[in-house]
Amino acid sequence: MPVVSGYNSSDCPIRYFQNPSSRSLLFESRSEEKKKKIRMAASDRTVLQFGPSSAATSNVTAKVHPLVIFNICDCYVRRPDQAERVIGTLLGSVLPDGTVDIRNSYVVPHNEFSDQVALDIEYHHTMLKSHLKVNPQEVIVGWFSTGLGVTGGSALIHEFYCREVPNPVHLTVDTGFRNGEGTVKAYVSVNLSLGDRQLAAQFQEIPLDLRMIEAERVGFDILKSTSVDKLPSDLEGMEVLMERLLTLINDIYKYVDDTVVSMIIFLFLFYSQIVLI
Amino acid sequence: MARSFLQVAAAEEVAPPLRVVQIEGLVMLKIIKHCKEFSPALVTGQLLGLDVGSVLEVTNCFPFPIQEEDEEIEADGANYQLEMMRCLREVNVDNNTVGWYQSTMLGCFQTAELIETFLNYQENIRRCVCIIYDPSRSNQGALAFKALKLSDSFMDLYRSNNFTGEKLREKNLSWVDIFEEIPVKVSNSALISAFMTELEPDTPVTQRDYDRLQLSSSPFLERNMEFLIECMDDLSVEQQKFQFYYRSLTRQQAQQQSWLQKRRDENKARKAAGEEPLPEEDPSNPIFKPIPEPPRLESFLIANRIANYCNQINGCRHCCHYNYYYCCYLLPLLLLLLVVLATIRCYCSFCHCFCCWLLLILLLPLSIVGGGGGGGGDGEDDDDDDDDYYYYYYYYYCSY
Repeated sequence: MPVVSGYNSSDCPIRYFQNPSSRSLLFESRSEEKKKKIRMAASDRTVLQFGPSSAATSNVTAKVHPLVIFNICDCYVRRPDQAERVIGTLLGSVLPDGTVDIRNSYVVPHNEFSDQVALDIEYHHTMLKSHLKVNPQEVIVGWFSTGLGVTGGSALIHEFYCREVPNPVHLTVDTGFRNGEGTVKAYVSVNLSLGDRQLAAQFQEIPLDLRMIEAERVGFDILKSTSVDKLPSDLEGMEVLMERLLTLINDIYKYVDDTVVSMIIFLFLFYSQIVLI
Repeated sequence: MARSFLQVAAAEEVAPPLRVVQIEGLVMLKIIKHCKEFSPALVTGQLLGLDVGSVLEVTNCFPFPIQEEDEEIEADGANYQLEMMRCLREVNVDNNTVGWYQSTMLGCFQTAELIETFLNYQENIRRCVCIIYDPSRSNQGALAFKALKLSDSFMDLYRSNNFTGEKLREKNLSWVDIFEEIPVKVSNSALISAFMTELEPDTPVTQRDYDRLQLSSSPFLERNMEFLIECMDDLSVEQQKFQFYYRSLTRQQAQQQSWLQKRRDENKARKAAGEEPLPEEDPSNPIFKPIPEPPRLESFLIANRIANYCNQINGCRHCCHYNYYYCCYLLPLLLLLLVVLATIRCYCSFCHCFCCWLLLILLLPLSIVGGGGGGGGDGEDDDDDDDDYYYYYYYYYCSY
């Protein structure tokens, strides 16, 4: 069910304020002619139900590497006291078949008030430059935020990222485990407009593939526990592997055993039927 | 015994020795990603964390861009580092450098540059560690993370630039004492542990297990042997240098003796003639000039590398043998067992007997092939005896 985050009913463009800290910069006003100030009602959400996604976004899927999840969780744990959530940029590449491959991320400091959102754009550009120096193939592909669902403030931030990259992917990581599980979801946004007036931005969920191959290489028993006393040496790892293999073989053996028994019973009944007839 | 406040303040802080390095899972993933992306090129990066008592915690890291050999880019590199650290400070990441990490190719990381970098870091940071990650060995299924630091005795000796044979014998320092490996502990925050546990269910076999089960370790073994042979060549070159040095030393001493003898005879003649005896030393004569001893550091490092390769080959051999024993003997044994049980059961149903005979006919050749493969595995024993021989020979040689 796609969720739509609607703007306030007065359809004036949004003007943003200069943050007192000299380095961070908010969004510039969208158009110079209409200088009306409107209040961004972040809690004012209009939820509409729409049909299946349009053709443009139907074939976009996202692939997330485990490092991104680790990074987001680490940043969430280190967030400043007054922040409820953290947001940041996603880096990666777009594969030839249209899949967005999300490989890296970094958090961007931001401030969220009841009706405004302040994002440290200079920080964002500095980190981007630094990351590009190391790996020029990893470009911006979207942004992430913690928390479940898409809020009004997210729409503003998404708009900012739309200016950086044509079709950004919005990743939400629910660190609060609100549904009783850690949900990781990805969205793309579609602009709904009536004529030449922007009405709303519709966030549609896209399929997400959590590829854990690198995490598998490190070993899940190392990554899942809160502390591991010693990295397993070659032979210890071999021992564990052999035990696992033996368990697997035993399972297979038991399965074949059961199949053979059931087949014998079936054949016995079948032939006994023939004999009786 | 109660001490006054002044006494405590005046007493010098003795740092507890570094016992364990605690790495976060995030750092491991970052290092693995960076090293794998640029493999086979060797890359480095900076480690950030906290120094707490006898534990060195590594909580974050960032990679260094690959620098071309250009003088003006050095300032860029320093700028990059400063900017990264400043940015990370803003998001509450530990801003404290605790060392660096580097990738290596099959374990040839013991070089003079590593020692130089260590000493550079040691000047500013009290405790620093170097993490070595080997992506090629990790492809074999092992997790090749190593935390290294230079031993204190070696550092003192190196700083005093007194790397001669006598000094080393005096301090009883041999090639094993240069690097100290520190055990690595992994820690994760509770949040990420919860996420991982939930996102990825417990699978019975993982990708790493498949990598480890790959029986074809011969390319890995080949590369190791290649590097080992190269190291042997380097070591023989160093040996020749020493031989040349000792030969020239003895020759010089013989020359000195003969000159001294001539002088003494001359002096006797002069005494007989009643003249002043000439001094028995002549510093201006070139045969009295001391010949510089060739540095021993390189041969120590080469010995370290050889030991590393030998260990890897030994480890590889053990893994290989276990692979062969279990997979090539156990598996057909189990299959035969299955077949026998099936045949016993077939007495209950005559039709089933036919299927069992078919099974037997199909499986018997498979188990023979498996057993034959296991037999072929025994041939691996030969080259390892050679390595052990070299290993012990050079161990003896280098630790005189």
